[in-house]
Amino acid sequence: MTQPFYVSPEQVMKDRADFARKGIARGRSVVVLCCRDGIALVAENPSPSLHKIGEIYDKIAFAAVGKYNEFESLRQAGVRYADVRGYSYDRVDVTGRGLASVYAQSLGAVFTAEQKPLEVELTVAEVGHDVGSDHLFRLTFDGSIADERRFVVMGGAAERVAEAVIGGWSAEASFAEAIQLAAKALRDERTDPTLSLEVAVLDRKSETGRGLRRAFRRISQDELTELLTGPI
Amino acid sequence: MNDFLAERVVGNATSSFTEHLAAVRPDLLPSNRVVPSDASHLSPHGTTVVAMSFAGGVLMAGDRRATMGSMIASRHIEKVFPADQYSVLGIAGAAGLAVDIVRLFQVELEHYEKIEGTLLSLEGKATRLGAMIRANLSLALQGLAVVPLFAGFDLYQGVGRLFSYDVTGGRYEELEHHSVGSGSVFARGALKKLWRPGLAEADAVRVSVEALFDAADDDSATGGPDPLRQLWPVVYTVTRVGNRRASENELAQIAGDIFEQRSIAGREA
Repeated sequence: MTQPFYVSPEQVMKDRADFARKGIARGRSVVVLCCRDGIALVAENPSPSLHKIGEIYDKIAFAAVGKYNEFESLRQAGVRYADVRGYSYDRVDVTGRGLASVYAQSLGAVFTAEQKPLEVELTVAEVGHDVGSDHLFRLTFDGSIADERRFVVMGGAAERVAEAVIGGWSAEASFAEAIQLAAKALRDERTDPTLSLEVAVLDRKSETGRGLRRAFRRISQDELTELLTGPI
Repeated sequence: MNDFLAERVVGNATSSFTEHLAAVRPDLLPSNRVVPSDASHLSPHGTTVVAMSFAGGVLMAGDRRATMGSMIASRHIEKVFPADQYSVLGIAGAAGLAVDIVRLFQVELEHYEKIEGTLLSLEGKATRLGAMIRANLSLALQGLAVVPLFAGFDLYQGVGRLFSYDVTGGRYEELEHHSVGSGSVFARGALKKLWRPGLAEADAVRVSVEALFDAADDDSATGGPDPLRQLWPVVYTVTRVGNRRASENELAQIAGDIFEQRSIAGREA
């Protein structure tokens, strides 16, 4: 009988982390930023139908980078978790914190127990009454969770895009200004002048403005072109 | 092994919230309750709901009364609910169960929309509701029947459509107008005389209030407009732009007009 080689736990974890980081670094970036009107989610995405941004619940949205099949099943699991919770308790009992913690647990479990870690990075965004009460939870492949303020940038060129966003960020920005800032930061990173964006917002005033409990709204391509070229 | 896993993954990929609940939390499904052989006396009953088409959409209205035997259980109950942005449903029958079915149906539609990224077709919604009512059949036989009425705007065909159901989940598309519940016979009679093709939205609201007025006049389990408590029927209209609940002011005005006209006539209603 052959004995397997001994590999130290440190080495196993390091190999897995390197593997996941490599997968994520290939992905295109996503910016999630808080502003006066709510939370804007801007992703570079060449596909108009395979979304990186999705609605989870009334005030909660999801953004991801990495392998599509992996984050798509996490998104669907999140929708199921939120809907079951909202149905068995009440809609207000579904919180971003609860969802983020469930995601952290599943990412952590997969990282340690499965053959390969999930090559994804997620943000769970929850819009509040003002910028101060917004929540942005950033989750990485090993199950680490960080409660971010103001904005989150994920993906291959995250650091450079974040540098571009940090200079222009303002709590008083409208959706148009926030989306323009994110689009500019993403565009500057690329040499290719054509940039396909997927944009959605969590509208802080959805109840008073549109009479809808659900704050999530996708920005259509036409609307986006208008937002990016029109006056601020 | 891989084939087996792939099959399992595909098998688990459902866009239906009800199927998901049945797999993970079957205790939460309204139809999975165990009740004694006859439970009809345990639950308040919701009564009359009317629905009709008008130019550009459909309308649904319900009175505000729930009864237990000969007693009034509630004067404030609402029996017509928005199912999603483009459809509404009304319910008659065992009130507690009906409210749960409505909640499940609302989550079902929203869940599908979030998972699939697109709205379910109106036919699809009507079929899902039928399946939920069918799942409730054994409870219906124990006296807890729920009979819904479903109306919505079909975005593909560009028309408002109306569906009625029986307790076995059978689904029937209705033309012009329909009503369910204990006062439905009288409401239907009123609708036959008052409804006309191509009614304007405002006229349709008035016709629905008047039909419920007639139902309340002859059926003790249906509540009429209540000026004392300022309670009016719940009326929803659905058009291409989505559903809208008629305002209290609008309904108070209409109910006032009906009272006035009928008292001027000085006849036995």
